[in-house]
Amino acid sequence: MSEVKVHHYQYDVVIVGAGGAGMRAAIEAGPHVKTAVISKLFPTRSHTGAAQGGMAAALANVEEDNWEWHTFDTVKGGDYLVDQDAAEILAKESVQAVIDLENMGLPFNRTPDGKIDQRRFGGHTRDHGKAPVRRSCYAADRTGHMILQTLYQNCVKLGIEFYNEFYVLDLVMNTVDGVERPAAVVAYELATGELHVFQGKSIVFATGGFGKIFKTTSNAHTLTGDGVGIIYRKGLPLEDMEFYQFHPTGLAGLGILLSEAARGEGAILRNSSGERFMERYAPTIKDLAPRDMIARAMANEVREGRGSGPNKDYVLLDLTHLEPAVIDAKLPDITEFARTYLGVEPYTEPVPVFPTAHYAMGGIPTNIKAEVLRDNTTVVPGLYAAGECACVSVHGANRLGTNSLLDINVFGKRAGIYAVEYAKDAQFVEVPQDAIAETVKLIEHMRNATGTEKIAVIRKELQETMDKNAQVYRTEESLNEALEKIKELRKRYENIQVQDRGMRFNTDLLEAIELGFLLDLAEVLAFTARERRESRGGHFREDYETRNDEKFMVHSMAYKTDNEIKIGWKPVTITNYPPMERKY
Amino acid sequence: MRTAGESVKVIGEVPSFQVTLIVRRFDPENDVEPKWQDFDVTVHGTDRVLDALHKIKWELDGSLTFRRSCAHGVCGSDAMRINGRNRLACKTLIKDLDITQPIYVEPIKGLKVEKDLVVDMNPFYQAYRDVKPFLIASDSPKAERLQSPEERARFDDTTKCILCAACTTSCPVFWTDNQYFGPAAIVNAHRFIFDSRDEAAEVRLDILNDKEGVWRCRTTFNCTEACPRGIEVTKAIAEVKQAVLRGRV
Repeated sequence: MSEVKVHHYQYDVVIVGAGGAGMRAAIEAGPHVKTAVISKLFPTRSHTGAAQGGMAAALANVEEDNWEWHTFDTVKGGDYLVDQDAAEILAKESVQAVIDLENMGLPFNRTPDGKIDQRRFGGHTRDHGKAPVRRSCYAADRTGHMILQTLYQNCVKLGIEFYNEFYVLDLVMNTVDGVERPAAVVAYELATGELHVFQGKSIVFATGGFGKIFKTTSNAHTLTGDGVGIIYRKGLPLEDMEFYQFHPTGLAGLGILLSEAARGEGAILRNSSGERFMERYAPTIKDLAPRDMIARAMANEVREGRGSGPNKDYVLLDLTHLEPAVIDAKLPDITEFARTYLGVEPYTEPVPVFPTAHYAMGGIPTNIKAEVLRDNTTVVPGLYAAGECACVSVHGANRLGTNSLLDINVFGKRAGIYAVEYAKDAQFVEVPQDAIAETVKLIEHMRNATGTEKIAVIRKELQETMDKNAQVYRTEESLNEALEKIKELRKRYENIQVQDRGMRFNTDLLEAIELGFLLDLAEVLAFTARERRESRGGHFREDYETRNDEKFMVHSMAYKTDNEIKIGWKPVTITNYPPMERKY
Repeated sequence: MRTAGESVKVIGEVPSFQVTLIVRRFDPENDVEPKWQDFDVTVHGTDRVLDALHKIKWELDGSLTFRRSCAHGVCGSDAMRINGRNRLACKTLIKDLDITQPIYVEPIKGLKVEKDLVVDMNPFYQAYRDVKPFLIASDSPKAERLQSPEERARFDDTTKCILCAACTTSCPVFWTDNQYFGPAAIVNAHRFIFDSRDEAAEVRLDILNDKEGVWRCRTTFNCTEACPRGIEVTKAIAEVKQAVLRGRV
């Protein structure tokens, strides 16, 4: 082992990740206790900034609405796998979450009388499904950008300490009085290759998703699930990993996201004969049905030969009946994406679209205080998670559009508040002598990896098998094929090649490490998807086409054991809404 | 029953073609001076310069180093000089460049090169932080503040900034004097100076009335041309100058 320089720090609250959830937590924690935010990216590069359409809250600024309707929609949208106590908190606290952001300076679009404007979005309805409701608060089609900027601006205002381009690679745990608790995280500094040990009384994971396990994805290159993977490697469970959302309207062939806000503003999906096919699948709310239903409907249109284009392999998003002025004011970015990347003019031509991997409903299990769970009920004291990396579970089997920007604000804030509360009374957990040994071993292994397998080749094959076998349609056979393939790729991963041997800005080495997390998480997804032999929300099994509440009205809990994945099941919290058939 | 994978292929075959990229390389651990290196790659009609750089990194030379994340022009990581112009690599389609000639790719100018296409962004971020880029208001509202659509429209353009530094590092004044705040910091000051909810316009105008402030701008419009978000940067700077002269918004 070459001598690597190691730095040590102590903070009351250590937050991993500087997207929406991490920075929202930091804004709660920073003014009260010594807080650090560690991020693999400069904060405003985080993928929260790519979110477009809006943030749900029953403000009732433009029409009648209330948080109970929002709760119901969230539960039904998630195909009843949602924990209803958590959904209630999400909906109830949404109004304050929007007001917080407005007060921090977020430039929402406004109504003529100066209030925050709201628009329609999929699955959000008035009075339990009667008609679409205007619930999404927005800033043009760059709501996520404005949230990310506003949160960062407020972190600057509060003087929050950031460690940017620091890759957290390990969570160090230690046992105190028979209870395992987090002691520190170990981070690799991109600029220098040096290691940094951040001891924290409370540690918050807000590390985002892992959409790069798929080939066609709206996710950033950096969304490799490092945080979720670290938790899993510690032997802690991951919840509902089989539930992955495919957003209906990715730019065909590219996966770049076109917001559901387009349909919220009136855009229509059409097949090759120009038919508005969603009328057949969701007669009441049509193009504003939840994402899982629309994504499947689109894939089905293509499979049955009604796709558009030379290969009949996409459908069309038609905005041509919208006024150009409306498009410019409310959907400027996404229409520019169509122009830039496909050369299509949305004023006059329909845009080719197809489902794209978008959002992990599952992740690190938490309770409503954002505390991480080590099994169905036991809390890991001092460890918190929020945002896409977490599963609380407010999204169940399918997340509604605009509920993720809400999730990061509500549960990011909660994570901050409870992390502070804990840190105020807690002592630091001792960092064991060999705390960095695992990380050093991993890095040195990669830096000196002289195998024959290329990182990009393994990653591409992984992404291809996931697109082919674990996308909107799944079967026992396809999932077994994915698992077999992943097993083979794992073997080849041991023989990987890293070309850059340097200490400074070694992104080659980090891509190799990230690939390890992708392999882990893809395997858990395919495994839990195979074990859930029913269809629910975003998880559709062609060999088990219906929802089976008797057997599967439970969350999956996947644990890493020595050589295999162990699966457990956790009850769903039901308060007011007994499961019903899900029709729109 | 159909197999699960049938539905995932999209869009027809896109024509492919050969291009040469000439990339400015610098390895801080071994090089004294930066050097140019040629790479020939096969790309497709929908590929962007970022795709070509990834091809080089993933197939030819793993040590090629650049920042990137979202890959569709919203995170601001991959500003670089492409054929002498500041652009985002993920927003520049190769087919839109003159592909009969090699494509030159180099780091943005005026910031220290760390490695290959990666520069030290810290002075840029510091200038941004120095203009107090956050809402300052003395009220503590219990509800949302009201703002008319017209008031909101007043600063809409400058809310689009993604801090990619394409504007600032295209500015000839910044190249020669990196004490100058630069266009991006002024854009972010503008975003708050003209926000009807903000009360600290004068503080920011005072900061930008400094010798390294708005008066360094020579109105060359490089920044406006460089902005990948289409922000009228030079216009925003001019509005801030006028506000400084008037002593108010």
